[in-house]
Amino acid sequence: MELALSPEDAAFRVDVRAFIKKNYPAEMRVPNPETDLSKKQMLLWHRILHEKGWIAPLWPKQYGGPGWSITQRFIFEQETTRAGTLPPLAFSVTMVGPVIYTFGDEAQKKRFLPRILSGDDWWCQGYSEPGSGSDLASVRTKAVRDGDHYIVDGHKTWTTLAQHADWIFCLVRTNQSAKPQSGISFLLIDMKSPGVTVRPIITIDGSHEVNDVFLENVRVPVENLIGEENKGWTYAKFLLGNERTSMAGIGRSMRYIERLKKIVKAEIPEDDPAHLEFIRDIARVELDVLALEATELRVVAQMARGVDPGPAASLFKIRGTEIFQSITELTHRAIGNYGLAIREHPVSANRFMPGPDYGHTASEKYLNSRKLSIYGGSNEIQRNIIAKAVLGL
Amino acid sequence: MDIQFTEEQEMLRSSVQRLLHDGYDFGARRKIVASEEGWSRKQWAAFAELGLLAAPFSEAVSGLAGGPLSTMIIMHEFGRHLVVEPFVETIVLAGGLIEHVGSEAQKHGFIPEIAAGTKLWALAWTEKGSRFDLADVTTTARRRGEDYVLSGEKAAVIAAPWADYLIVSARTSGDRRDRGGVSLFVVDRRAANLHLQSFKTIDGRRGAEISLLDVRGQLLGREGEGVTELEACRDRAIAALSAETVGAIGELNSATLEYCKTRKQFGVTLGAFQVLQHRMVDMFIAHQEALSLMQHLNLSLAAGEAGLSRLASGAKAKIGYASKFVADQAVQLHGGMGMSDELDVGHYFKRISSINIQFGDPAYHVLRYAQAEAAA
Repeated sequence: MELALSPEDAAFRVDVRAFIKKNYPAEMRVPNPETDLSKKQMLLWHRILHEKGWIAPLWPKQYGGPGWSITQRFIFEQETTRAGTLPPLAFSVTMVGPVIYTFGDEAQKKRFLPRILSGDDWWCQGYSEPGSGSDLASVRTKAVRDGDHYIVDGHKTWTTLAQHADWIFCLVRTNQSAKPQSGISFLLIDMKSPGVTVRPIITIDGSHEVNDVFLENVRVPVENLIGEENKGWTYAKFLLGNERTSMAGIGRSMRYIERLKKIVKAEIPEDDPAHLEFIRDIARVELDVLALEATELRVVAQMARGVDPGPAASLFKIRGTEIFQSITELTHRAIGNYGLAIREHPVSANRFMPGPDYGHTASEKYLNSRKLSIYGGSNEIQRNIIAKAVLGL
Repeated sequence: MDIQFTEEQEMLRSSVQRLLHDGYDFGARRKIVASEEGWSRKQWAAFAELGLLAAPFSEAVSGLAGGPLSTMIIMHEFGRHLVVEPFVETIVLAGGLIEHVGSEAQKHGFIPEIAAGTKLWALAWTEKGSRFDLADVTTTARRRGEDYVLSGEKAAVIAAPWADYLIVSARTSGDRRDRGGVSLFVVDRRAANLHLQSFKTIDGRRGAEISLLDVRGQLLGREGEGVTELEACRDRAIAALSAETVGAIGELNSATLEYCKTRKQFGVTLGAFQVLQHRMVDMFIAHQEALSLMQHLNLSLAAGEAGLSRLASGAKAKIGYASKFVADQAVQLHGGMGMSDELDVGHYFKRISSINIQFGDPAYHVLRYAQAEAAA
């Protein structure tokens, strides 16, 4: 299924496809790019896109964006996910970048934006705290003004890839007495500051993606405050809107379904009654993807005509994550007995992993993707958003 | 993939909306369903006058050349109003078959009458043991002179009691369930030796069990190609029924939301309960997805894209499951009122349940979708 494209957009698609094919680094094609690559390897594709001028599709041209239309942005997103490329770090390019160019001052734009584009700065997100869950406004990390600095004390958690980060953007409480949402500020903190400690959190798949970040008497220059003090909630909500725009994950789901079909074909004999059950389950999830893709295309076409899509992002987040969870679960089931085994992290070629190659990441993907319905605003929060914004409840 | 309706299509939609709004509310429908005949000649004449019965046909056969998208627009509105008149049977099934596989004489003989609203049709492809298999045909057709004579039994033929003509599938060669050897025939519904036993359907229509004994039939399409012709016909029917289903889903969602905003229990409105809010969000999502897939199918049909039959099965399954979910929840959230014949909600439930049987249920089409790929 494709959008009806103008000749220019069709040519653009051809360009993007060819560029990926020619330039995507072979050494990034590993069994599980999200866990198996070093920081240096992860940045290879980022730097190639930067050189091409394609690293920040969302950004306005004046800040280094490519000046694409909504349709072109969608085509780029579609082609890169279909090709299975590792997306550039979202925390830098999709999240903090737009906050800085929208709400930051000139000095901040000059200082931070070029290094985000080049990949020289790696950002992580300091939103969640122990006990805060999906209720982000319950921020307890506090920042107290001391001359030209804030003194920050607190504990951030579930911080993705903080182990690689140069900077963290944080929600901090600057007014203890105001209502929860109105006493929050948006602060940029150098990870090398004295008092910042990162401690790994190992998740159920055995990988190290997330961390605790402890902030103890960290001195942060006042010039690192974004916008106005106590207005941080507004900036945070703006950022979360960007976070959810592309969570339908159509290309990724399609690739995983193709792999699942091959596994079922290889693993389960046709005369096994389970075969038919897999065939039916796969067809159903494939139709879920098809319907979501048709919805995404409908929304993109509407946006290109200037129609506000409302909370479509919430719909994509809910369905996209539910679908990917069921694909990874089916894949894990299809592997059969070798679904008992799991690779050890960090990955090393010397460690023994039994069973056929195509099954080596099935267990960890199944386990890891349980996070999808929880992060980025849990699917329950997304349903609350639609209930309020669309249904008026 | 984007449907931006043309001015003509917008006009078609608003004129159908106006017609049904003024003359086909739930009370009017109830009277039609309860009438002796069970359908309304007056409504059918109004549809004809508005051009709805000519809309999808090409200009060559005195149609308005609106194609599948005009059918989609009409069926979506018919779904919202639970229209019982046999538009699908007459226009989409019979009209579509005649236009696609009929001879010039048949096209010019039959389609103008259909478009003018003077003749109704029904399609008799099901038999007692056939379930959803188009090739499972035991009724026979033997050549006699210029024509054929048909003998056998057809089962659960929707709209047959209203019809002037039937299109009947019958075996001209081969054994039961052979794909080849099935052919289609035009039969006069009032022919001697054609016996028809009517019954009421769960969704307020009429169907019939039909027996034929040496009944004259006129070949429609190519001898032995009936199954292929019926498959394409089923694809077109699914596209139309999908639009009807999406129209019904939309109405159920609005009614349920409205009810939950006003109905109070334990001192608060039902809509204040988060469990029901989330349920209605899932109903909303089901509607959005069904709508997208319905548009995708109809656009593909209009463009004559390859792989259409597999897509039609996929849509029948996905939209079928979505509509079942919405219909179940709409009744559930209306509580006892959802069970009441007086309220329209149960009638949408029954229509959706019917559509989920006609031309194959979601379980049948999921497997067909999966196996069509395996075969490709």
